[in-house]
Amino acid sequence: MTIRNTLRDHGQRYRPRMACIKKAEKVLLEMQDPKTGVKSQPQRLVITTIPHAITGEDIITWLADRFQVDTQEARTFGSMLVALGYIYPLQDHKRLVIKPDVSLYRFQTPYFWPTQQWPVEDTDYAIYLAKRNIRKKGILELHEQEHYNRLHKWMNHKWDFIVMQAKEQYRAAKERKKPDRVVFDCQERAYWVVHRPPPGTVSAMDYGLDRLIDPNADEAKTPDFYERMMIFTQQAIMRPRVKSSVSISALVKYCATYRSHDPFLSKCLPSNPWLTDDATYWTLNMPNVEIPTKMRVERWTFSFAELLSDPRGRDDFRLFLKKEFSGENLAFWEGCEDLKWGEAATMREKAEHIYKTFLARGAPRWINIDGKTMEITVKGLKHPHRYVLDPAQTHIYMLMKKDSYGRYQKSPVFKDTLKKAICPEEHQFSDAQLGQNAKKRWPSLSPIILQQMEQEQKAKMAANVDITQLCRFTTPVPHLAVYSGLNDFPTANASPSLAFLAHTPACPSPISVALESTSASERRAEASGGESEGDPAARAPVGGNVSKSRMALSLRRLLKRGCTPASMFASLSPKCHSATGTSSRIQPISPDQPSQAPPRRIGNFFQIKVDIPPECRIYPIESEDEDEQSRAASRGGVGAKEIICPWESLTPQNGTG
Amino acid sequence: MGEMEELRKEAESLKDQITAARKTVQDTTLQEAAAGITAVGRVQLKTRKTLRGHLAKIYAMHWGADSTLCVSASQDGKLIVWDSITTNKVNAIPLKSSWVMTCAYAPSGNLVACGGLDNMCSIYNLKGKDGNVKVMRELAAHTGYLSCCRFLSDTEIITSSGDCTCVLWDIETGTEKTIFAGHLGDCMSLAVSPDFKFFISGACDFTAKLWDIREAQCRQTFSGHESDINAIGFFPNGNAVITGSDDATCKLYDLRADQELNTYQDSSIMCGVTSLAPSVSGRLLLAGYDDFNVNIWDTLKSERVGVLAGHDNRVSCIGVSSDGMACCTGSWDSFLKIWN
Repeated sequence: MTIRNTLRDHGQRYRPRMACIKKAEKVLLEMQDPKTGVKSQPQRLVITTIPHAITGEDIITWLADRFQVDTQEARTFGSMLVALGYIYPLQDHKRLVIKPDVSLYRFQTPYFWPTQQWPVEDTDYAIYLAKRNIRKKGILELHEQEHYNRLHKWMNHKWDFIVMQAKEQYRAAKERKKPDRVVFDCQERAYWVVHRPPPGTVSAMDYGLDRLIDPNADEAKTPDFYERMMIFTQQAIMRPRVKSSVSISALVKYCATYRSHDPFLSKCLPSNPWLTDDATYWTLNMPNVEIPTKMRVERWTFSFAELLSDPRGRDDFRLFLKKEFSGENLAFWEGCEDLKWGEAATMREKAEHIYKTFLARGAPRWINIDGKTMEITVKGLKHPHRYVLDPAQTHIYMLMKKDSYGRYQKSPVFKDTLKKAICPEEHQFSDAQLGQNAKKRWPSLSPIILQQMEQEQKAKMAANVDITQLCRFTTPVPHLAVYSGLNDFPTANASPSLAFLAHTPACPSPISVALESTSASERRAEASGGESEGDPAARAPVGGNVSKSRMALSLRRLLKRGCTPASMFASLSPKCHSATGTSSRIQPISPDQPSQAPPRRIGNFFQIKVDIPPECRIYPIESEDEDEQSRAASRGGVGAKEIICPWESLTPQNGTG
Repeated sequence: MGEMEELRKEAESLKDQITAARKTVQDTTLQEAAAGITAVGRVQLKTRKTLRGHLAKIYAMHWGADSTLCVSASQDGKLIVWDSITTNKVNAIPLKSSWVMTCAYAPSGNLVACGGLDNMCSIYNLKGKDGNVKVMRELAAHTGYLSCCRFLSDTEIITSSGDCTCVLWDIETGTEKTIFAGHLGDCMSLAVSPDFKFFISGACDFTAKLWDIREAQCRQTFSGHESDINAIGFFPNGNAVITGSDDATCKLYDLRADQELNTYQDSSIMCGVTSLAPSVSGRLLLAGYDDFNVNIWDTLKSERVGVLAGHDNRVSCIGVSSDGMACCTGSWDSFLKIWN
């Protein structure tokens, strides 16, 4: 007998398995029931018979019957019981599995059950190994020998005690009757196979890493603990609850709606890449693909969040909003998202940028939110943080969701997209083709590359912002080409001036600046599209230096064409001047003036240069600012007009809000 | 002593009130509502790929936001980013501490994080210059092991720890932004809601808590399990929560009605749930167990509709890819298998 460990083991080492083990014990008791349990038979050794042996197949049949599972599952279940140490095999004792044949097993005595609270100690193991060594030298397996040597070294100080114990147990065992001795030896051996498994086997006792909290420790039930719990519970009671029926039907509806989009439940067209090694499905469903699939478009109709989270869907929605002249809502929402998830360093600038573009009185893309929200937002912007625009964003989101989303789904834009959407044919691969596919497997596109593509897209988008779109007060003139100034905030500071104009077919502008790499003729063709798609014509370069070189390039080009530098410069310089003027006026909220209201004049930040013939003075130009006047002066001299967003009221130095 | 008794009685009565409040809204059960729905039928998924390369138990895996890259962490001290289609290893990151228990992939694909018994969450930048993967931050403030971490963006990450707290970190400064304390046992896992406003954590005090990230408050607590909660996940619509526990059951809780809706259990399943993942439609729940199998449950009808058997040791982690096409299981037998 081993000495019981007096230290209370808190059952910690069994904790992750305790629930499982308790259930297993219940099953075991049932199995041992003499009437309804597994039939047992005596085991015949050479001269002795040992009762209560059971066959593997009996165990499996009983389990299959009891739990109503098939043989394979019953077998796994039985193997689990063996692995936990509740049943041990009499033959092939090292493999802890149930064999579905007549191999014999026996129930382990409760003394050796895993739920016993005493820990499996190395001392006990050392005694056990020593005992076996005494009985017959050389009987230990290789791994047992290694353990023995290790323990011998480690427990050298109490090795005498161990050997003494071992001898004592050996002697006591000899005094037992043969059947009892055999049984006990088997039991003990099985116990140690479970708790000191041979290397390379999976041990059921392996539960991973210990938990920190002691499961048996009493919780500190201080009055404070109760009070906190009560406060929490009271708050919980007062929380509004939705009726179960409503909530459950929402869940059920969700499952039903998405069922055809769940690849585990429905086929996906053209074919599941995992099955056929053909990546067409992924290519067709790239984030920014031109023509989406029908399934994808269908998904956009499920909820507004779905539409916005899909980049292609968002693009479509943006197109629709552009036609409705409410693109600023989406742009604002996107700006807020960018603020929320972006880096802290740029947060301040972003917040200001958003304010100037969308929220300030007279902002070029003013969004329509109620006064209260505006007030909160403006106040919050004095000390901008990541979530300062949350109320406004929520308001705009709900606006879009309740209003624009519904109209979008009925709009021609959406219907057109839906019509064009492709429904790919299902692939029918022969086996040979499948083999081919497997060989041609390409590695997937790295997310970093995808991100770069996205950034490029974004940059393109930023350059073609909706303000190029004419406001509703104008009628589009056929030869009109609309341009945008730089709207990238940091670069605007970096590179003043730089308004870019493209050729117009009817009246060639004295100034033409090369944009990107598009040739003049291309631009002309695109610009004659007239409609304010804006995309091809204006492409804001990324950096100041680049634009400067472009300027130089274009100047050379102009000179070649025979424009007089004078007229060109005349128009250029005032703009340059005014632009620098404006950019200098666009100051970020200086930290030493926190109480100051946000900057006054920001209208000229976005300069809409409209190249129209002088007789078409559509826009009312009311400006009281000095740079406006300077621009007006230059306006007289040059054909190119410079119009500020007309729906803004140019109030100088007024403060906003 | 009398005061304690009174407090305890009061707390109990409040708990009863909550139960009563929950009962009043319960005008139907999921079983009734789902009675008329067609059954899903047997779902059979097969192993399509086996990702070999780890040398020790795999403790965690996480899919990236695209469909094919995933990261796995193993106790051989390596974090491997796999291209699951070709089974190539895109990155093999050696870790300072080999006792890793969790890993996460940022939605942007730029960062991966891992942590474990070193009590720290290490963030690695995959997009480093000249292709080297380097440690970007080491977030150290927990006093217990790191059991789970999930990115909100490239600048924020939430971790749960064995010291019973969850923490929201600011990655750029490497400091804690918010500490969510309230659990009475080791927090074993966490999941972030689809709209990134809430997250849920499951702990060894047998409860799951819903936290509001912005308000830094615990909104709801769900109890009902009889043992440690090892795994937790959101239902895809964000209005329900699924938990998996050592008591061999998974439970579905409704957030809006504040109820337990369903329990997924079977008398023949005895060993604990280690990990779970819902499919894209929410109809299927894939749960990994200690008995080396993954069971697939029909969430509405609460029936077992499939089994994935193929691992030789405990299934320690499971994940469904973002487009729902494949599920990946990682096991203590050092292999990851992709099922479809």
